[in-house]
Amino acid sequence: MSTKPNTPLKRTALHGLHLSLGAKMVEFAGYDMPVQYADGVLKEHLHTRAKAGLFDVSHMGQAFLRTRQSPMGGEDAHIAVAGAIEMLVPAEIRKLKKGGQRYSVFLNDKGGVLDDLMISRPLEDDRQGELFLVVNAAMKDQDFALIRKMLGDRVELQVADDRSLIALQGPSAAEILEEIVPGVSAQTFMTMRRYDWGGAGLIVTRSGYTGEDGFEISVPNKRADEFAKKLLAHPDVAPIGLGARDSLRLEAGLCLYGHDLNSQISPVEGNIAFAIGKRRREEGGFPGAERIIRELKEGPKRLRVGIRPEGRAPAREGVEILSAAGDKIGEITSGGFGPTVNGPVAMGYVPAEYSKTGTKVQLMVRGKALPAEIVDMPVVPHRYYRG
Amino acid sequence: MTVRYTKDHEWVRMDGDVAVVGITAHAAEQLGDVVFVELPSKGASFKQHADMAVVESVKAASDVFAPISGEIVDVNTAIVDDPARVNADPAGEAWFVKMKPADPAEFDGLMDEAAYNAFTENA
Repeated sequence: MSTKPNTPLKRTALHGLHLSLGAKMVEFAGYDMPVQYADGVLKEHLHTRAKAGLFDVSHMGQAFLRTRQSPMGGEDAHIAVAGAIEMLVPAEIRKLKKGGQRYSVFLNDKGGVLDDLMISRPLEDDRQGELFLVVNAAMKDQDFALIRKMLGDRVELQVADDRSLIALQGPSAAEILEEIVPGVSAQTFMTMRRYDWGGAGLIVTRSGYTGEDGFEISVPNKRADEFAKKLLAHPDVAPIGLGARDSLRLEAGLCLYGHDLNSQISPVEGNIAFAIGKRRREEGGFPGAERIIRELKEGPKRLRVGIRPEGRAPAREGVEILSAAGDKIGEITSGGFGPTVNGPVAMGYVPAEYSKTGTKVQLMVRGKALPAEIVDMPVVPHRYYRG
Repeated sequence: MTVRYTKDHEWVRMDGDVAVVGITAHAAEQLGDVVFVELPSKGASFKQHADMAVVESVKAASDVFAPISGEIVDVNTAIVDDPARVNADPAGEAWFVKMKPADPAEFDGLMDEAAYNAFTENA
């Protein structure tokens, strides 16, 4: 089925735990990762939406960015580190609240997306001047090299490969995590807080990649196995593999870098213009600003849209999208079966004139043109906790 | 009742002069939760090894190949309506098609159960 690469695969601190839980392991971004456990993708997906799923996302890149231009602590230090990262991303970081988190993208000079990432500002006064970044596993080396090259004289980058990242996602996540880490249930969506867990420093953000309420918990590698087992001891927590992680984010309308976003696609085309701050739209000052500001004003030529095939056949990545008249207009970038909607779900790019909700299109699956429709994303409503 | 197997993980069972075809428990297990099945039309003819059906799990799509040459005389629409049956009973209730064999020698040339088990263990 799968071919073995020549270089040995990297392992997360939870590798042994995955094996003991009966995981089926696959290569992902150079890591040996669980694609599913004994329950299988379908049950894991539905369990996450019903209760709580635990995901090992330690392959993702975690890093601290600290200003060199100002002593740590205080507003000046924050303005300095925010000014630096804003050279690479279009998000509003300067005015990001203490303890707040933002989704954004690294851009190239043509306004294409080099990666998407999470940026968090510490709550603590003495940590101002620091930002906590989480980037994609497959892109982390490139992202960190970009930061060092472009911002090296302004910031220090500390890659946190001594930390694991565990996501707990689902409607029961807050109640369960609160038992182990008191205080987390008071956090709202897109916030970051630090906690002490028996001497281990945790960094907890209320965010995730499923559309559900939930958390991502950064924990020192040495305590990761113990922490994961503590969560898994709760009867409502099940381990969830990469298979269900993908179907969950697909239903939630969230992009997978390298598939739904790449270095040619702008964040406006990618339908993630919320990653561009209001002040930044007026001031520019980020790579590719000219194209992005123009697209914001005039509308993009093509747009990422949600697509629902009418029948039961899943339309996967690479499937051609045809207009009702039969002309090729685009391609599916992510698609498969959505267990919660109990049917096929997809997303892809179409010219703006075909992007309106309700537009009929056709999908070429195994040589047959199957009827489909442009739909609003997400197809499963987000259930974030906004307080 | 004699059942024979292919390297592509189909099984064939002769039921009188009709060949009943499905996918093996090993294949169903490897695929994971089956969410979509596409079957050929009754009356269609296939050469041995030609792709004749599609089975998709949450993870991926796979072709199902004709284990022998012949004409499709019946298809199991129950697995199209409820694809999860393929995981529940791949060797029994969740058969895919019935074929009229074109060449009985093809059936005899397939693996028996012991050979198939050895094949999957070494794969």
